[in-house]
Amino acid sequence: MAFFNALPGAIAEGLIWGLMAIGVYISYKILDIADLSVDGTICTGMCVCAMLITAGVPAWLSLVIAFFAGAIAGAVTGVFHTAFGVPSILAGILTQLMLYSVNLTILGGKALQQVSARQYHLLLNMSDNPSAIAVALGVIVIVILGLWLFFYTEVGLTIKSTGDNPDMSRAQGVNVSFNKVLGLAISNGVVALAGGLLAQYKGSANINEGRGAIVIGLAAIFIGLSVSMKIKPNFVVSLIGVVAGGVVYYVIYSSVILLGLKTDYLKMFSAIIVLLFMTAPYLKATYFAKPKVPELSGDSDETSAGGCGHA
Amino acid sequence: MLKITNLQKTFNPGTVNAKVALRRFELSLADGDFVTVIGGNGAGKSTLLNAIAGVWKPDYGTIEIDGVDITSMPEHKRAAFLGRVFQDPMKGTSPDMEIAENLSIAARRGTRRRLIRGCTRKDREIYRNLLAQLELGLEDRLSTKVGLLSGGQRQAVTLLMATLKKPKILLLDEHTAALDPKTASKVLAITNKLVTENHLTTLMITHNMHDAIAYGNRLIMMHEGRIVVDVSGEEKKRLTIEQLLDLFESASGSQFADDKVMLSKKHE
Repeated sequence: MAFFNALPGAIAEGLIWGLMAIGVYISYKILDIADLSVDGTICTGMCVCAMLITAGVPAWLSLVIAFFAGAIAGAVTGVFHTAFGVPSILAGILTQLMLYSVNLTILGGKALQQVSARQYHLLLNMSDNPSAIAVALGVIVIVILGLWLFFYTEVGLTIKSTGDNPDMSRAQGVNVSFNKVLGLAISNGVVALAGGLLAQYKGSANINEGRGAIVIGLAAIFIGLSVSMKIKPNFVVSLIGVVAGGVVYYVIYSSVILLGLKTDYLKMFSAIIVLLFMTAPYLKATYFAKPKVPELSGDSDETSAGGCGHA
Repeated sequence: MLKITNLQKTFNPGTVNAKVALRRFELSLADGDFVTVIGGNGAGKSTLLNAIAGVWKPDYGTIEIDGVDITSMPEHKRAAFLGRVFQDPMKGTSPDMEIAENLSIAARRGTRRRLIRGCTRKDREIYRNLLAQLELGLEDRLSTKVGLLSGGQRQAVTLLMATLKKPKILLLDEHTAALDPKTASKVLAITNKLVTENHLTTLMITHNMHDAIAYGNRLIMMHEGRIVVDVSGEEKKRLTIEQLLDLFESASGSQFADDKVMLSKKHE
């Protein structure tokens, strides 16, 4: 019974983490960069949104500004990586560290900023989960629609090719460095937008929130894509899968808490889930693969002559 | 069309592994020249193509295309003038994208990319007709991910991408070397068709002496970062492999050494 009572809340928060996972998908899957600045930008989104709302800015506008704040942080990671030649992982770590100071500054030196639904007009809050779910879904639909339109433009296609094959992209006149910066900006913008929603949902922005966000994002991606790739491996279905992955992850996460797992162990739990999903295909292929008998159909000249190509 | 003057490139300068890959290299190509490039291991053939493509900066010297000095132009900018096909079939296409999407990226090489739909229905119709000319059955597979194609099919698509937006110079870096003989000759036939139909100025590296003689209107042979043999026109048409090897030996003072060339020679 406790499970069903907790379910709406888990779904609402899961959707927000699913939205964040869309941001991670852009860097990790499309650009092929494991971008660790995400841990900082989700918190930036929370801080910016909470501070703006308490300063009297409308909640929706605060979300938009949170998006751009995250985008700037993402672009900084991109510039460290492309213009200064810092390896992408390290560039993300540096930005993440910088953002801790930036976020503290945004919060005015405090570690916590309350933004209560009783005091301010918020788009969503944990006191009303059904409407929180509706708002989160609405934002997700807008984001997916926007990304779908963008990634099929002339510019968007070259961002995909940049992550997929940088050599080919350069040969086709694509500015690979610029595209990485742009892609990381969009990715972190979406993450910060999710942060803005999370601050409103929780009714506060906390400087320590967001630690391990990248891991939750990856968990959502692995869970979601393991199903959505089997249905239809296209862009929109993948994004929907990632959001669903976020929800599934968060429902499991909440259930584990309900089952009485000490909250001290939650980060360990997140990491193990990611580890399992990340290593499952590898373990399966390495230790459990059955030898396949090649088909001798002979209709492909590649396979039939491939073995003695240079003889 | 292409003018290379006094071009020098040293790899690992200042170390025991220092290697001068291009040595005061000079070359000029006329409009429509189809030049085959042949040479032993480490002769500097790929270095030459990479220098033109702008993969790195040369030590000194200049490269001009149509009178424009491109020596210090970044790789993605000079791509506007160049079509490139690599030796590795995996290198020239984006595997996780559709054939049509790959072509649409190539179709806009050298133009400013906009925020409008990148691959329209009209584009697809154009690509369908172009793919049909390859006679590989790819015209019905526009939405197929390129990663699902065979090496030969990928090289054919890459060739189409390199020539879709007419380049001032087409650079082919042993683009059939990784293919089996049957597929290689098919890709070579497509190459020849595209180059002659579009009147493309082309530099084609090959390790096959027979192909080097059979294709193009000019043949250059490289050794230690320089051109040692340069034949064109009627003289090239009458050339035999034995003559070519003799020319090389008298010009360079050494035996021609390239395992792949030797193997392909035995194969004749």
